[in-house]
Amino acid sequence: MTDTNFLKVPTMAEMVEQGKHPEVLFWVGCAGSYDDRYKRVITAFVKILNEVNVNFAVLGPEESCTGDPARRAGNEFLFQMQAMQNIEVLNAYEIKKIVTACPHCFNTIKNEYPALGGNYDVVHHSEFLQGLINDGRLQVDGGQAFKGKKITFHDSCYLGRANGVYQAPRTVIEALDADLVEMKRCKKNGLCCGAGGAQMFKEPEQGNKDINIERTEEALSTGAEVVAAGCPFCMTMINDGIKNKEKEKEVQVMDLAELVAESKGL
Amino acid sequence: MIQIVQQLAFVAAIGFTGYLVTKRATFIYKNIFLGKEEEIKGDSAKRFGNMFRLAFGQQKMFDRPLVGLMHFAVYAGFLLINIEVLEIVLDGLTGQHRIFANVIPSSTYHFIVSFFEVMALAVTVSCFIFLIRRNALKIPRFHMAEMKGWPYRDANIILYAEIILMTMLFSMNASDAVLQQMGNEHYPVVGTFVISQFFVPLFSGLSETALVAVERTAWWVHILGIFAFSVYITYSKHLHIFLAFPNTYFAKLEPKGKMENMESVTNEVKIMLGMPVENTDQGNSDEMPTFGAKDVQDLSWRNVMNAYSCTECGRCTSQCPANITGKKLSPRKVMMDVRDRAEEIGKNRDANGGTFQDDGKMLYGDYISKEELMACTSCNACAEACPINIDPLGIILEMRRYVAMEESGTPQEWNMVFQNIENNQAPWAFAASDRFKWGEELRTQETKKSASDNIKA
Repeated sequence: MTDTNFLKVPTMAEMVEQGKHPEVLFWVGCAGSYDDRYKRVITAFVKILNEVNVNFAVLGPEESCTGDPARRAGNEFLFQMQAMQNIEVLNAYEIKKIVTACPHCFNTIKNEYPALGGNYDVVHHSEFLQGLINDGRLQVDGGQAFKGKKITFHDSCYLGRANGVYQAPRTVIEALDADLVEMKRCKKNGLCCGAGGAQMFKEPEQGNKDINIERTEEALSTGAEVVAAGCPFCMTMINDGIKNKEKEKEVQVMDLAELVAESKGL
Repeated sequence: MIQIVQQLAFVAAIGFTGYLVTKRATFIYKNIFLGKEEEIKGDSAKRFGNMFRLAFGQQKMFDRPLVGLMHFAVYAGFLLINIEVLEIVLDGLTGQHRIFANVIPSSTYHFIVSFFEVMALAVTVSCFIFLIRRNALKIPRFHMAEMKGWPYRDANIILYAEIILMTMLFSMNASDAVLQQMGNEHYPVVGTFVISQFFVPLFSGLSETALVAVERTAWWVHILGIFAFSVYITYSKHLHIFLAFPNTYFAKLEPKGKMENMESVTNEVKIMLGMPVENTDQGNSDEMPTFGAKDVQDLSWRNVMNAYSCTECGRCTSQCPANITGKKLSPRKVMMDVRDRAEEIGKNRDANGGTFQDDGKMLYGDYISKEELMACTSCNACAEACPINIDPLGIILEMRRYVAMEESGTPQEWNMVFQNIENNQAPWAFAASDRFKWGEELRTQETKKSASDNIKA
């Protein structure tokens, strides 16, 4: 006996129409909305949310860039315009809790929106997944997909150093029974992928090497089969690095949500 | 007679040192407050905690345990030997010798001075190793472009000076011990000390007059050296021995990723968006504020204090992803540039009767180039690496604000990003109307849940 269901991705507008309120708002971010590779990450996360029956919603067409790249590039006007418009939407929907799969959105909404009147409880999806695992809502121990596999985790600057979240992503990887191997520069000493501070959107300055190549070499030197990430920019940069090293057949770059979804056969 | 001359000379030396240090400290204080006022928010208990852990306890220095230990030895030696300096100063002023030996039991006195000597030995050994590290081992961060010339000499001068001061301390105590054995009544019998006893044979063959000369010379070189040192550090990167304390106290408590909101922009944005504006100060509305920082005066006083606290160790630069991959940016150079420019502005101000006269120069452009600013990934590795929580990133981002908002000088690719965000609400040129396409597609995807799974869930 099987039941055929469709994946649920309710928007806030639809929720309000039905007189409902979600437990948590999933902030998708621009990469999750438009980047083909990161859409797969978002899909994996939505599947997990569906699987464990989390009462969530997205803003859908009402979501807009947080303004992070503009602010880091120095354009405070544009940042504040974006921030205020987003806060207006979030406050109108009386959002209390937000989860996002982008450390840049996470940092901006959590740390920078309060000064402009947006106060929410914001978590990164690694923390959210950790919470689901700890509460027993999400069981990943049955999955054999990554058992004993060497996985290394690349710390995103905006999750790690910027906000001190080092353990949550590692808890998720360890829950998969995988063999977590650390790079030499990890946690608070983690090396940037090269994309932060709006670098994602421009060519690097003159130097003797690209930062993502330096980082990819370090990741490859661990012998890991999977480089786990928790950030769309890191994912793009490390992916490019692995292509540059022609290792895309041997080594995969995967988001934490994808690891969990795959181990559960979602 | 000679005694009186010595006392007078001593008073003159200490007075002159006090004058020079006060003058320099006032100058530096005024330079730090070239920076703008900034409200210091947050828990003062936490601030004291940081100061205690990072400045007093040097917690971050122990990330590299061996270097941390040696640095701690030099620092503890510096602090503790100051107690002996107090005795020397009192002796110098009163014309007595070993004034404390008369007031505390001789066994205690003997123990304390011996303990100082052990510290002094640790200082000497550490300084030797530091000299080798700096000059022979070619550790890259000590030899980068910004370390050429004065910064390199400055680092070595201090190490040599420390070694000379410690050698004088041992010579002073050793010749003193010989004079005691000879029964010279000016020298109270306190015996030999744990380290300087090994120096005694060097002096035991000398006549009493020669010994007094040696002892006095060592004593004077030691104390004058310390006076000179205290003036010197106000011109040197070694100011960190004092400024590390306020610097860690006032360091940011909030998450490193947080950038401060620019209030000056908020009201304008509200007007643009047709939102109600609170607290408009009509009186000030004529004055157009400068956005971001082009010079030291546009930074916060905390940024400038950071610059004066920097000891140029280069841990920031050695962790900077841009620098590691050969880009021009070096967070240490940013700090050195801010300090050098603050000094330049301060000198100009003092030469012009207290008001800075435009010298046609700026921090931005003349010291820190756009290329350096643009290379930063805002990853916070520099801020994390700094043993005393200096925040180079805060300065870089503040200067980027100037480049973007006052100069419109951001790279073309970034201007495209700005345009895309404005028009499409995303940094890429995708249609805003397609933002939820991913969700609409997913909704058509079937998910097969077995009946038993549903029950379990």
